[in-house]
This record gives sequence, structure tokens and C-alpha cells, in this order.
Amino acid sequence: MMNASELLLDVRQLRVAYGKVEALTGIDLRVPKGQIVTVIGPNGAGKTTLLSAIMGILPSKGEVHFDGRLQPVPEVEKLVGQGLGLVPEKRELFATMSVQDNLELGAFLRYRRGDRHLATTLAEVYSLFPRLFERRHQQAGTLSGGERQMLAIGRALMGKPQLLMLDEPSLGLAPLITREIFRIITDLRRQGVSILLVEQNARAALKVADYAYVLEGGAVAMEGPAAQLADDQRVIEAYLGLASKHQELLAS
Amino acid sequence: MNFQIAVLLGQDGVTNGAIYALLALSILLVFTVTRILLIPQGEFVTFGALTMAAIQSGKPTALGWLLLALVLIDCALDLRQMWKTGKQAGAMNYGEIKWSAIKIGYTAMLLVLLHSLTLADIPMLAQALLTLALVVPFGPILYRLFFQPIASAHSLVLLIVSIALHVAMVGIGLLLFGPEGARTAPFSDSGFRLGPVMLKSQTLWVILVSIALIVMLFIAFERTLYGKALRATAVNRMGARLMGISPVFAGKVTFAMATFIGALSGILIAPITTLYFDSGFIISLKGFVGAIIGGLASYPIAAIGAVAVGMVEAFSMFWASNYKEIIVFTLIIPFLLWRSLTSRHVEEEE
Repeated sequence: MMNASELLLDVRQLRVAYGKVEALTGIDLRVPKGQIVTVIGPNGAGKTTLLSAIMGILPSKGEVHFDGRLQPVPEVEKLVGQGLGLVPEKRELFATMSVQDNLELGAFLRYRRGDRHLATTLAEVYSLFPRLFERRHQQAGTLSGGERQMLAIGRALMGKPQLLMLDEPSLGLAPLITREIFRIITDLRRQGVSILLVEQNARAALKVADYAYVLEGGAVAMEGPAAQLADDQRVIEAYLGLASKHQELLAS
Repeated sequence: MNFQIAVLLGQDGVTNGAIYALLALSILLVFTVTRILLIPQGEFVTFGALTMAAIQSGKPTALGWLLLALVLIDCALDLRQMWKTGKQAGAMNYGEIKWSAIKIGYTAMLLVLLHSLTLADIPMLAQALLTLALVVPFGPILYRLFFQPIASAHSLVLLIVSIALHVAMVGIGLLLFGPEGARTAPFSDSGFRLGPVMLKSQTLWVILVSIALIVMLFIAFERTLYGKALRATAVNRMGARLMGISPVFAGKVTFAMATFIGALSGILIAPITTLYFDSGFIISLKGFVGAIIGGLASYPIAAIGAVAVGMVEAFSMFWASNYKEIIVFTLIIPFLLWRSLTSRHVEEEE
């Protein structure tokens, strides 16, 4: 269904082991340009490990092709330079620095390469997150959970990534804020940013995504177009259920 | 003690304190960004001072050859790394060759300058610049050779390597500069009369340059994106990596700054005190006391603490000169007590 030339990220047979324990056992995953791909699955399925390995934070075996180039040993700094952004689960903000400093640092590599048009990007990020503009002089550590998530996403956007990887963006956030974050995710796709979204909130994730992978025990258990998976009986039983009906409301 | 003696001692205290403050700041900077306690900081001071003295006496110092040797090792390692990753990727990235050529060319140029100029006759500013050009590259190269391969090791390992490097550098200092102490000519001979006392012009130089340097550091860290990037690395290493700020880059830059500050301090105090190849340690240790007073975290408190160390040292020299060092280093105990009693234990989330 997708042809290779429009693939932005192509992961083949990715394996990660913590000592003798295999956390990922040969993952194949593709993200085409301009799409939202989501990875859902229970706790401990290896979702965060997957993103860390693609980013080069964890050592891995297998092949990672990004933007048509094979990354022999994925290196964080190099991948960031090629346009891959990761918003990690822990956000990893610069807590004692101001919101604006955090954002400016997101564009560090662009600045280092002589790109001086940071102000335009900064204005775009502020228009996407007016809350951050209100709090631009505040220390990042004093923000609320939702604002921190916005800052983490905004900071990653300052680097003008081609592919943004989001790890549990709704984790620990109030339902209304979650909804806001998902609205922004769809906004971003409209602006041409491809997204790899890792989520526990399966219903919301399947709603915004084009394509989905279900990760279980370190391997891909199911994959397919998101709309199709959302109707799949097994997915409904395992991840959607009746109890999470309210999530659908929030994701709308 | 009368007023005149107090002013003289105060003058000494502030001069030494200013140097300790510079060293405290650079120890703090290196520690927060790389987790390395830079024990060899003092050696950069003596290398700076003794190189300046050698240049003033017209001898081309052998330090240039040491630099050349280290640069060659450094380039060989970089090129090997490039070869290895290049073979894996199936395409070579030839950027490293250009960098190696620049580094070797720079060192060769320095060596030519050292051996062709009549060093004793060039203006003092040129001598100082040449000294800095010679000593400062040691910082990033030492980081590359000894700390970059173990950058993610436990901080205790980093400390051990740091001590080893200090011992090695003291030995190399003896080899390069010999056991004699050296003193350089003061920047200018004039003095200033302030009320009843004479202010030595070198004292003013030390204080002015220190203040200028501290202000420059402040501006660099508060206003420029590169400075903010270094701070960001200190605040959150993983976050900084995700922004493409590589720890290697941050490490090399902080080491370059530390060497610059150290060598400049050496040049500044060389006309006031006689420095030997092994004098650096005790000087940087006093800067370290200042950094401890600041809790290895606060820049302004570290600077003030270091100036206080200089004052205490000067006045204890008058009252109990035999116990001068003991008094200074005992200062650390009440501060450690106070720190450990007042600091709350925060569980690291990791």
C-alpha cells in the first residue's frame, strides 16, 4: 500500500536486549511521509524502548532507515540534525530555565548551522500554544503537567522535524488537556509533520492515526489502517472495552 | 595591626580571592556540565604562568611539541573512528580529514612562530596571546583523549581519571619547565596612591581582568544560545542530547573555557608570586573550597566564597602564618556541616 520512496522512517528487524532479556524481538515498522502512525499496547510491551532504540538512546540491532538513509549506529545528535524529533515520556525539560530558553534551545542545531530564522518558528510555536507565550518568562519547572507537555512538543517543533515521535503525550494529563494535545497532533499533520505516536490511550490514538501497530511482549501482534483496527474485535476487547467509552468522547 | 597593614592585607586577599573566584567558577562549570571534578585546573594555571615566563626569557618552550604529539594522537583516533563508521555505512564522511588538517596546521603554525620569533622582544600582549594559544588547546584535547571515551562512567571513575591526569601533568610540568620557580615581568610598573597606601598596578590588573571575565561569562551563559546550550546540558543531559547538543561538544567547550581561565589566571598572577611546576594544586584547591561553599551549584555564592577564602588567607598570614593553609581548609568543615544539615534529600526520579 505504501511505496518505498515516500517512506520517512523504515525500521527493519529491530532488536533490543536489556542484558539477556529481549525487550524487542525483531520489529518492522514504517512511517510514510505526512501520516500519523500510532503504536499501542499494554504496559511493558516495549513501546518506549522502541522509540529510544530508533532515536539511538539505546543500543539496538537491526536497520533504521530515516529519510532514505541507513543509520548504521543510530546517533541521537545526527538524527536530530536530519529532522527526527523525540518528545520522551519524561519530557526532559530544562526545569530551571525559562520557557522561552527551552524553546530556543530546541532550535540549537539549526542555529549552529547558521539558520537565523528562529523567531519565525518561535512565533509559530507560540501561536500553536498561546499558553506558553503567556508563561514565556516562567521557569519550566513551575509549569503544570499539561503545559509541560505543550512545552516539550513546542521545543521539539523548534527543530523543524520531519518526523516527530511522541511518547505517551497524554500520560498523567487531565482529560480536557488530553483532548487539546490530540487536537494539536492533528493540526501538526495538516502542517506536514509526520508523527509516530506511542499511546496507552488507544481509542484516542486510533482516532487520529492513519495506520496503527499493536505491540505485545516486544513484538508486533497486529497492524493495519487505524480505522480498521479500531473495529477489530480483538483490539476492542483488549484495549478499547466499554469502560473507556468516555475516551472516545474526549478524542472527538 | 594598624589601618595601613589591614589595607595591604586586604589588597592581597582581594587579589588572591579574584583568582580563586575564577578557578572556582571554572571548576563549577566543568563539574555541572560534565560531572568531572577538574583536579588538573591548577596545572593549567602553572602551565600558563611558566609558559609565559619561558617566552619572556626567550626560550621556545617544549610545550609546543607536546601539543603536536597530542594533536596527532587525537587526529589518528578521529580518523580511525571515521573509517570505522564509514565502512559500516558504506559511505565515507570526509569532514574529519578537514578538521584534522586544520588542527595540525594550527599546531604547526604555533611551532613555527615559537621558533622564528625572538620571543623576549615581542610586546607583552603578544607574549600573553601566544601563551594562551599554546595552552588553551590542551583543554579540549585532554577531554577528547581521557574523558570522552568514559563520559558516561560513574562520577567516581571520572574523579580517579581526573586525579591521575593531575599527577601526570605535574610530572610533565617538571619535565618541561624544570624545578626552578619562575616570575614574570609585571604588566606595567606604575602604582596608584590611594590615601595612605600604594596600590600595586598588577593588583588592579588582576581584579579588573577577573571582573571582566566574570561579566563575560555571565553574558555568555545568560544571553547566547551556545551558553544556554551548556547550561541546558548541566540541567538535563538527556534533554540536551535530544536537542542535538552533543555531550562531546559540551565537554570540549567547557574544557576549553576552563583551560582559558586557568592559563589566564596563571599569566595574571605570575608577576606577583613565584610559581613552581607543582604550585597549581594548592591554588586550585582554594578555588575548590570556594566552589564547595557554593554547594557545587551556585555560581555567585562560589565566587563570593572564593573571595572570602582569599581574605581569610591574607589575614591569617598576618596572625598565624604557620597555620595559614590549615585555617583556609578548615573553612570547608562548617560549610559542609551547614550544607548537610540544611539540604533536604530529594529522591532523583530515574
